Amino acid sequence: MKHAKTALMQAPMQARSNLAWTVIGAGAALLLAAMWVAPLLWALSTALRPEHETVSAVFRWLPQQWTLEAFARVLAAGNVGRWLFNSALVALLVTVLTMALSLMAAYAFSQLRFRGRSLVFGLTMLAFLVPFEALLVPLFRMMNQLGLINSYPGIVLPQVVAPVVIYVFKGFFDAIPADFREAAVMDGAGALRILWSVYLPVSGNIVWAMAIVSFIGAWNNFLWPFIIITSNDMMTIPLGLTQTYDAFGVRYAQLMAGALLGALPVALAYVLFQRRVTQGFLAATGLKG
Amino acid sequence: MNITSGDAGMGARIQTPTPTRRRGDALPAALLLAPFAVTFVLFFFLPALETFYMSLTESSLTRTNAFVGFANYATLVRDPSFWAALGNTFYFALLTVLPLTALGLLMALLVNHFTRASNWLQGAFFLPFVLPISVMTLIADWMLQPSSGVVNYVLGMQRAWFADLAWAMPMVAIATIWWTVGFNMLMFLAGLRNIPLDLYEAAALDGARGLALFRAITWPALRPVAGMALVLQLIASMKIFGQTYIMTSGGPFNTTRVTLHYMYETAFTQSDAGYAAAIAVAFVVIVVVLSLVHAGLARWLARRNA
Repeated sequence: MKHAKTALMQAPMQARSNLAWTVIGAGAALLLAAMWVAPLLWALSTALRPEHETVSAVFRWLPQQWTLEAFARVLAAGNVGRWLFNSALVALLVTVLTMALSLMAAYAFSQLRFRGRSLVFGLTMLAFLVPFEALLVPLFRMMNQLGLINSYPGIVLPQVVAPVVIYVFKGFFDAIPADFREAAVMDGAGALRILWSVYLPVSGNIVWAMAIVSFIGAWNNFLWPFIIITSNDMMTIPLGLTQTYDAFGVRYAQLMAGALLGALPVALAYVLFQRRVTQGFLAATGLKG
Repeated sequence: MNITSGDAGMGARIQTPTPTRRRGDALPAALLLAPFAVTFVLFFFLPALETFYMSLTESSLTRTNAFVGFANYATLVRDPSFWAALGNTFYFALLTVLPLTALGLLMALLVNHFTRASNWLQGAFFLPFVLPISVMTLIADWMLQPSSGVVNYVLGMQRAWFADLAWAMPMVAIATIWWTVGFNMLMFLAGLRNIPLDLYEAAALDGARGLALFRAITWPALRPVAGMALVLQLIASMKIFGQTYIMTSGGPFNTTRVTLHYMYETAFTQSDAGYAAAIAVAFVVIVVVLSLVHAGLARWLARRNA
């Protein structure tokens, strides 16, 4: 960091104090990072051993015999493949729908003047205050009446209402200079066209970030799928994993292999898109702060 | 990103371009809003109203029977199970809110300071956050096993943590802190990156260093972020359900059965949906009151410090 270096060059006294802080900080950083990564490494180490080693009387940090058997068994047995497919489909649908609905709504709230705009926006923001969990019972009853229990629409639809995303997009659109739109209006472009070809291109990072956050959220969602899914082959991976617990009993290598398989796609997505997630996050929280 | 410096967000509504209503906007607005409005009304607004209405009735999971006025609420205030669950919820919040906020701040400071390692550090701190809850709970469960768990091995014990009256909730809290602190770290990181570097340079020229720099510049700039992190964390912690439901099933002896868990059981295992709705409404009211109290406190503190 720049300021640290300038301070470092000031005087020997300060240099010594800064050095002490750097050493303490580095120690804390290393210790915390190790504590945060260790459980994942331990899960990996468990998943890579034969089952009998997980309950062996002698404790070992590393497998004595390295094997991919647990992964192979998990993939072969049960519905893990099917659950991964369900998760991918559901998360993708939720993401695409959330983005489409929220971008259109945010554009209307931000750029169009119409009667009742403040009222409708206010109502939308009210959803911040009422947690989704409080709506479980009526939502379940509605899905039951519509015959959507155990169906993809039933799993997906309640997850696409995302006032936070609208709030973030609206804030972003508000900050885009009005000339952008005026010019396009002069050319006779319609609202959808302006949104698509004028606003979307300049909003790249924030749209990506919100899309990734929606995807992760939908992939990891537990409570709603838990309520609405009753059959094994409709389960998403977070839900299915709780079933493997019952199915595999105390087979920890397979449990950990299943857990890692379920976490892998999202972890990969995060590692690949870390910069975009961070940037979008910075933009989104900067708006509120 | 330039929008972070501008006056955007809710307050920006006043300064958005051309505040006069344009006649041609009504139809496109209706078309653009329709898809969201339909899902919003169907999956949020009507269920919210229905929750309130159901709380005034005696209902099962599938049908609404008799209108009973505020009888459910009268039962609620005299229901020891509800108060116990609420108490457990607050206990969890007590165990998690401050540690998660403080640790998030510390991690953000570390990520921000060690520039060369910042991607690695940030990745390490944030990665658990992307795990599905069941993956997190599986790993926690495996590490805390009484006989073969790594935690007991390191501590030289044989404790069954999740069956221990005193330890069950703290362990759920620790697992939750490990799982979710990355989110708070990112929030603080956002606040840190918004502080102009020349402020530090000016202060360094004045001879400020180390903790003094933190007290003079970093902390004042981060205080609003910390306030927001605290209230978001409080709300998030109040909403705890999955962790205890999976890891402890509310046990031992209901010591980890939280409010939403009690609501879930009332609705889905006892099919007493009216009473569950009353619990839900009471819960929403508590969360809203907590956020309002927090907002009021924050404003009062800001005015006193100004």
